[in-house]
Amino acid sequence: MSLRGKAAVKSPWILHVNCGSCNGCDIEILAALTPRFDVERFGMLHMGNPKHADVLLVTGPANRRNAKVLKNLYEQTPEPKVVVAVGTCASTGGVFYNCPNVLGGIDEVIPVDVYIPGCAARPEAIIDGVILALKKLAKGAE
Amino acid sequence: MFERIILSLIFLTTSPILGGILRGMDRKLTARFQNRIGPPIIQPFYDVIKLWSKKPIISSNLQPVFAGLYSLLSLIALALVIFGQDLLMAVFTLSSADVSMILGSYSIRSPYSYVGARRELIQVLTSEPLLVLTSVGFYFATGSFGVSEILGLGKPLILSLPGFFIAFLMALPIEARKSPFDISASHHAHQEIVRGVFTEFSGYSLALIEIGHWIKLILFLSILGLFFPNNLLFGAVIAFLSYFLTIMVDNIFPRLTWSAMLKGVWTISLILISLNLISLFGGVLG
Repeated sequence: MSLRGKAAVKSPWILHVNCGSCNGCDIEILAALTPRFDVERFGMLHMGNPKHADVLLVTGPANRRNAKVLKNLYEQTPEPKVVVAVGTCASTGGVFYNCPNVLGGIDEVIPVDVYIPGCAARPEAIIDGVILALKKLAKGAE
Repeated sequence: MFERIILSLIFLTTSPILGGILRGMDRKLTARFQNRIGPPIIQPFYDVIKLWSKKPIISSNLQPVFAGLYSLLSLIALALVIFGQDLLMAVFTLSSADVSMILGSYSIRSPYSYVGARRELIQVLTSEPLLVLTSVGFYFATGSFGVSEILGLGKPLILSLPGFFIAFLMALPIEARKSPFDISASHHAHQEIVRGVFTEFSGYSLALIEIGHWIKLILFLSILGLFFPNNLLFGAVIAFLSYFLTIMVDNIFPRLTWSAMLKGVWTISLILISLNLISLFGGVLG
């Protein structure tokens, strides 16, 4: 692996986007930052700015109200980037499937690289999914 | 003479690496304070290489220029100190580095960037007078602004300038962007509006700003070391301990508002500096 790929894998900065999730998955994402799971040991930082981010962690189903916002955030994130759909809602729409105001999973709006199932997704599964996405990020960096 | 120039050049070229390692230690220590494992010590280098290899999103053509100026001017300020030149000149070069970052934030019409730039201005307003006054203190104690003249002095300056030393210690967390003075851009709260001054910087311009920050850190610790001109090794130890203290304070205290910072830092440091000057001229302190 080249230096660029290695640096990309060692320092993934994460942007957490909530598309109308019930907060279950969001709490599990925050749990990953706590001393018990401590994702910072992999160099992951929780960023609030799409321009600094490498990994988009999206929770909740895509809906008509905020599809534009999600697309905007995706476009503001500089390449190379990966998108991780956290939880059942973000993957398929979940319990909101076929609701009139819900489009479905977030892959209806932006391309998704990794799907993490679960309602809510466990912190271990979220960390696992992000690590899986990092392989793709390294390929993009090289 | 020749040996000294070579040594200075080595210190100057390794200063960004030293600064990066200091930042890595900061992240590791902070993680240990919070009962976490934390990233490896060389994490800041991974961050900068990654930022450098990202595809740039440039909101304004001036922005990368100002980011480059920020790190370049910080390097010039450090070179002025290392090569024994005028301390006051180094402080003013450092102010222009800060100003170029503020201009970089102002060069983009973004509300977050504007808020960050204004907060950064207030931080500069708080810390720069202290730096200038510290240089003036060095002048009163040694009769010269020149770093080589200060280094030629055979006695520790901390004995004549204790008030200035504490005032300088109060300016350290402001310039290192540490709590309780992390008003414009904090090390921990990446989601808050305080990230404002960095909002529009991304990719290699953010990497340049980070490298400039490492250099600035080394510059500050070098000026702290100047309080011990007779034994620079001891000065380096004191500077390192001060940095450790800054990290500890960063982890213990919450952020202040800008008015509390301005009033608190100016009141305490101006009282200490005036007391120090009065006792210096009254002959109480050496």
